Amino acid sequence: MSDLEQFRLQTRSWLEANCPPSMRTPMRGDEDAYWGGRNPEVHHPDQKLWADRMGEKGWTAPEWPAEYGGGGLSREEAGVLREELARINARSPLQSFGISMLGPALMKYGSEEQKREHLPRIVRGEIRWCQGYSEPGAGSDLASLQTRAEDKGDHYLVNGQKVWTSYADKADWIFCLTRTDNSGSKHEGISFLLFDMASEGVSTRPIRLISGKSPFCETFFDNVRVPKQNLMGEEGKGWEIAKYLLTHEREMISGFGIGDAGRSLGQIAADELGLDAAGRLANAVLRNQVAQFELDGLAFAATMERVRDESRAGQGLGAASSIFKYYGTELNKRRYELLMSVYGEQALGWEGDAYSEGDMPRAWLRTKANSIEGGTSEVQLNIIAKRVLGLPG
Amino acid sequence: MAMAMSEELVMLRDAAAGLLAEKAPVAELRRLRDSRDPQGYSLSLWREMSDMGWTGMAIPEAYGGLDYGYTGLGLVLEQMGRNLSVSPLQSSILVCATALVRMGSEAQKESLLPALAAGELTMALALQEGNHHAPEQTAMTATADGDTLVLQGRKCLVFDGHTADKLLVVVRTAGVPCDPDGLSLVIVDREAEGVAVERVIMLDSRNSATVSFDGVRVTADAVVGQRDQAAPGLEAVLDIANIGLSAELLGLSTEAFQRTMDYLKERKQFGAAIGSFQALQHRAAEMYAQLELARSIVIKALNAVDEGAEGISALASGCKAKLCEVSNLVACEAIQMHGGIGMTDEFDIGFFLKRARVAQHSYGDYNYHLDRFARLNGY
Repeated sequence: MSDLEQFRLQTRSWLEANCPPSMRTPMRGDEDAYWGGRNPEVHHPDQKLWADRMGEKGWTAPEWPAEYGGGGLSREEAGVLREELARINARSPLQSFGISMLGPALMKYGSEEQKREHLPRIVRGEIRWCQGYSEPGAGSDLASLQTRAEDKGDHYLVNGQKVWTSYADKADWIFCLTRTDNSGSKHEGISFLLFDMASEGVSTRPIRLISGKSPFCETFFDNVRVPKQNLMGEEGKGWEIAKYLLTHEREMISGFGIGDAGRSLGQIAADELGLDAAGRLANAVLRNQVAQFELDGLAFAATMERVRDESRAGQGLGAASSIFKYYGTELNKRRYELLMSVYGEQALGWEGDAYSEGDMPRAWLRTKANSIEGGTSEVQLNIIAKRVLGLPG
Repeated sequence: MAMAMSEELVMLRDAAAGLLAEKAPVAELRRLRDSRDPQGYSLSLWREMSDMGWTGMAIPEAYGGLDYGYTGLGLVLEQMGRNLSVSPLQSSILVCATALVRMGSEAQKESLLPALAAGELTMALALQEGNHHAPEQTAMTATADGDTLVLQGRKCLVFDGHTADKLLVVVRTAGVPCDPDGLSLVIVDREAEGVAVERVIMLDSRNSATVSFDGVRVTADAVVGQRDQAAPGLEAVLDIANIGLSAELLGLSTEAFQRTMDYLKERKQFGAAIGSFQALQHRAAEMYAQLELARSIVIKALNAVDEGAEGISALASGCKAKLCEVSNLVACEAIQMHGGIGMTDEFDIGFFLKRARVAQHSYGDYNYHLDRFARLNGY
């Protein structure tokens, strides 16, 4: 038996023993996601149990080095783990911006001390991170950010405001873009700081969104003291780290385009609306849109598969990956537009058990942010045009 | 690693790109058109393509082929699309050889496949009768008369029909038009008595023919596969044909896009390269995204054929529909972005739009295949 097959058998039996049955059911909404942190929100005791067990093995970040608390798995082993988790419909144990965004940047740019301090806690879900990027005057034009970090000898004094900070009110630490120098171009003089949200002078205010929910916050810094050793990378060179981290954020967001493993949109439409005698959705216009969506979803999934295969074959991350964020988010928006059409009145209720407290319309409204957050679709198209196609200007 | 290209495939692609760019570029298509070449394609190019082994790629070694598979053949077709190269590779190999390999008797395979693989024999499929692809509506009949079948009817859009040595004809031997059953596939010599071939000059300057069959007699051994039962086999062959045409459309779209990007960087208006204008940049980026999706679904479909995956019909129709959509988008945008010069016959870009339209229609267009994709997915 190959080592990989051996690993598969061991993994299977470990998961069998350690994944609680309640964690093998589909996630129904935001409440089923577990984010960990100092004061974790737990809606079911098994959520924490499952995350702790996986975190202890390092399998919340399977490919991170074991010395930093990660699983230390090879790419192939991580693939086997993914397959085995999917086999039992296991829920993702831990949602984490630390894993999907900060971790890769920390490993590339962080000091040895910073890696040892932060990575293991991220893996175990002990510290929940948020991202301090956008500001009221710096959205698509992120590099024009103005949050100041003044050099005060042994610490920086941070003053300014961030906005659209996801879950800032629930996060323990922040990775934050600040300006340490105003004299050069806007891409220079940006510094990447890590600090505790419990620091004096940090306050947050949730923003009520069109979905009625408040996943994003305004975050204010009023004379926040950040120790010098919390600077990641070189002072003034934070823009490179910011961009590197953005590629990971975009990769995470583009995954939305794949949809879930449940029923396809075509199947949902067939179940909800019924078929005519010839086996077709009766409304030809809707059917056409559903088919176009499903076909684009198939082609998009095939593209992610191809890019992964090419990268595994040592051919590098192809230029095709530049479309992921743009196309994945546009697809997800289309999916929810069509779901709203398919469900009709059922998708219009905003409150009440009969309407699941408006889960569907709220989720639909949430998707509108997909093509804004992490770089708008228009910014993504600019990037493709200039960097991939080499168009001038 | 399945969807990544192996070194062997990269070499094949580069060899095909090299030969076709030299011997069969768009200028050669223009020459064939302007000289009203009676053959409609270059026989010397066809011999070179055979020498390269391309005609044997989808044919098993036991019958003189290379058994190289459709992923390889697809790469060659893609390069033919990039250069708009004209040859009977689609009609004779992609379609007819595939039909014989999958549906033919041992005797038929032994007598025909080695010659097809060597490029010495060419064949053409005679399927369509009306304005649209609709195999189940086949009305042309073949009636039994003793040991022979008597063919009566008319076919259109027989690609390379005026030069092919033999025709593979879809006929109705039972039932009435619209019955899914009752179809048969029959081999007929192009020069047999009662066969009248009329060459049709097509939009894309390629070969096509209208063929009439008036009391044409063939013997029972001319039937490919089981009589009355050809529909499922034919469907599988058409799935492969559409995947192969998708590969050609991918190459065509990629090249039209590349030429358009070059033009955007070169053409100046308002004192700047027009490619610096965001209105055009976003449309270019959108096309790029669509081309990447198109490439992925073509590779996925070609791989599925070679893996012998069951139930590839939905994928085949999805693939063709996507490539119809993307090639149409790119070819139309190519004309628009070239502006006035794109409307001239002197400039090559129009040839891409013309070929795209014919290849899209062949064996079912966007509307046909998106409908089939939905139906096969249960809605």
